[in-house]
Amino acid sequence: MLMKSPQILMECLLEQGVDTVFGYPGGTILNIYDELELHGYKNKIHHILTAHEQGASHAADGYARATGKVGVCFATSGPGATNLTTGIATAYMDSSPVVFITVNVGESLIGKDSFQEVDITGITMPITKCNYLVRRAEDLADVIREAFAIARSGRPGPVLIDILKNVTYDSADYEYLPVSEHGRHGRLAAMLRRSSHDLKTPEPDHGDIEKLLALIEEAKKPLVLVGGGVIRSKGAVPEFRKFFETLNAPVASTIMGGGACPGNHPLFTGMIGMHGSHASNIASSQCDLLIAIGCRFSDRVATHPATFAKQAKIVHIDIDRAEIDKNVQTYHHIIGDARRVLQLLNEKLPQHDYPEWKEFVFSQKEVPLKKDDILHPHEILEAISDVTDGQAIIATDVGQHQMWSAQYYHFSRPGQLITSGGFGTMGFGLGAAMGAKVGNPDQTVVLCTGDGCFRMNCHELSTVQYYNIPVIIVIFDNHTLGMVRQWQHLIYGERYSQTDLDRGPDFVKLAEAYGLHGARAANQAEFEVAFRKAVESGESWVIDCAIDKDAMVHPMVSGGAQATDFLLD
Amino acid sequence: MTTKESMNPVTRHTLSVLVENAAGVLSQVSRLFSRKGYNIESLAVGTTDDPTVSRITIEVLADNMSTEQIMNQLRKLFSVYSVQELLPERSIRRELVMFKVKAETHDIRNEIIQIANIFRASIIDVSLKSLTLALIGDEDKAEAMQGLLDAFGILELVRTGMVALERGAYTIGDETKEKTEFNLGKNVL
Repeated sequence: MLMKSPQILMECLLEQGVDTVFGYPGGTILNIYDELELHGYKNKIHHILTAHEQGASHAADGYARATGKVGVCFATSGPGATNLTTGIATAYMDSSPVVFITVNVGESLIGKDSFQEVDITGITMPITKCNYLVRRAEDLADVIREAFAIARSGRPGPVLIDILKNVTYDSADYEYLPVSEHGRHGRLAAMLRRSSHDLKTPEPDHGDIEKLLALIEEAKKPLVLVGGGVIRSKGAVPEFRKFFETLNAPVASTIMGGGACPGNHPLFTGMIGMHGSHASNIASSQCDLLIAIGCRFSDRVATHPATFAKQAKIVHIDIDRAEIDKNVQTYHHIIGDARRVLQLLNEKLPQHDYPEWKEFVFSQKEVPLKKDDILHPHEILEAISDVTDGQAIIATDVGQHQMWSAQYYHFSRPGQLITSGGFGTMGFGLGAAMGAKVGNPDQTVVLCTGDGCFRMNCHELSTVQYYNIPVIIVIFDNHTLGMVRQWQHLIYGERYSQTDLDRGPDFVKLAEAYGLHGARAANQAEFEVAFRKAVESGESWVIDCAIDKDAMVHPMVSGGAQATDFLLD
Repeated sequence: MTTKESMNPVTRHTLSVLVENAAGVLSQVSRLFSRKGYNIESLAVGTTDDPTVSRITIEVLADNMSTEQIMNQLRKLFSVYSVQELLPERSIRRELVMFKVKAETHDIRNEIIQIANIFRASIIDVSLKSLTLALIGDEDKAEAMQGLLDAFGILELVRTGMVALERGAYTIGDETKEKTEFNLGKNVL
């Protein structure tokens, strides 16, 4: 059926089951936005207009992380498109499936430094799995189908589609095609023909699985390290839990692996790396077999790659072959989807136990928790956990509050922790929390943020208010860029260069200015009262928590130092 | 990088890459080298027996680990079908070099033509003031000829960049375990 491009775009989004889009209109993308009204697609696809394109990009990302579906984000050309880039890079580093759709200037204007023209496909080349410039209406449906397939498959990630404005005036033939048929048509079929023999997900190598099972039989002190790959792989978490419970060995986690192993599980040693627990870091240096699943040994995990797990045979399980031997040298690897690899392991793995090794790992001292009349970060997280029964979705920004959230909140399911682990994007949290809430309207979503991060993108409060997206915003307010200050304190002779934030706004008044509720808390009791009230109200609240400027994240290992060389205990 | 620089010396690597013949693919490929800080020594691109597929031959001075990593990242790109390192002892490498040499007298032209014959270079243009030669070979041959022609005055020199193929019947399309492992990540259903 002959259709205008904007309608083809909408129909293709419906094919994919898209019901929510975050975005911001502008000159070149007018035809796409007009389609929402013209044929009433706004009734099928809920468009959320953010305050800034960056907020839209993080919201689409947060939506994807919290639902496991592909997030969708619209923006116009030029500055609209470049405002997405931080969000695209954030999604890329954490393998979050998002399709970004931008419209560029028309064919006759492209390459002429026209108004609001930018080469966004060139700019986003290093931060997308793949990107497209659509020059013909006939290609549009095919490209959108391919883009969604690529975004959600393999190691997921962001894809950008840039459409020339003249294409949005043109028409082409469109026939509805269910997603299950996409692999048999057009470019996608050609790609599948090239890259594999059939359309089924290829099997991990069974010989590789057997080899790992043999290594497990030899091991006396195995350690499991879980990363974001287990969170991204659909259905992997139950298999993973069966695996580590059968292996009965300690489990450490990267920040992106949060939720794969329940935070209060007796085998869980906590986060590993720069702010990892003593148990995790010491176990990694003492173990004789490290089974790493869906992680990439980033510099925040393997702070000193040459000595990381130096006594261990490292076995790396990942879907991305390019991660093998990238940061640390491994002994063995298995390429495959985490769910399938774990399923195959579970079929043959006998019950194990390592009582002495576990006793050693779990006898490592942990950071003592302070209790006095001021408000401590762990008390905030304990209260959040108590009031929400540990079930709330926690979105974070980046810095000390992010580490505290990862350390003290017990995540129990995938998609419960929404955080910018790889790219470390300050200002990520509010947009992401909005996206998570839109995708999970029945769940309580809490944003843990710092005063520095929150100020970066707090204008999205207007979006929260307008669309009535109830998010509880907990600001760990220490009037400083806490994490940078911590480094300045420990490494830079207490020269606090440009990290003091003794300035406005008054966050409670800010919340009120946006038509939301605000509260302050200076001790745990006050916080619990305010937080409970916020949860019960079902509305958006900003709770400004006064915490100590000199509170630090313990433990800490410096970048470049060995895992057990604690700079802070 | 866990290995010390001295244990991982910088050497020449010849990579052969099969890619989709489409706009932007070359910049995707070359970007991975610049990101690692490596200057591409030579690059040659052209279509293959299949017009939808191009073959890029890249020569780069890099250490083994970085080369391996770049190859792995190349294999991840959807527009890249196949990547292979061509080892010097198991491959043949050739480039075409054109020399425009000053040749203003009959004697000089004759002398240059003799040199060209020895190197099996061909004369592809002649004027009263210059001769243009085309030479096919590897860099040793081109360098030797350049050394001789320098004496006459080289006006211009241009190289196509090295192209290379593996010796024997092996092809870049052959299935290996590694290739299958990479395809797993690319599978889109």
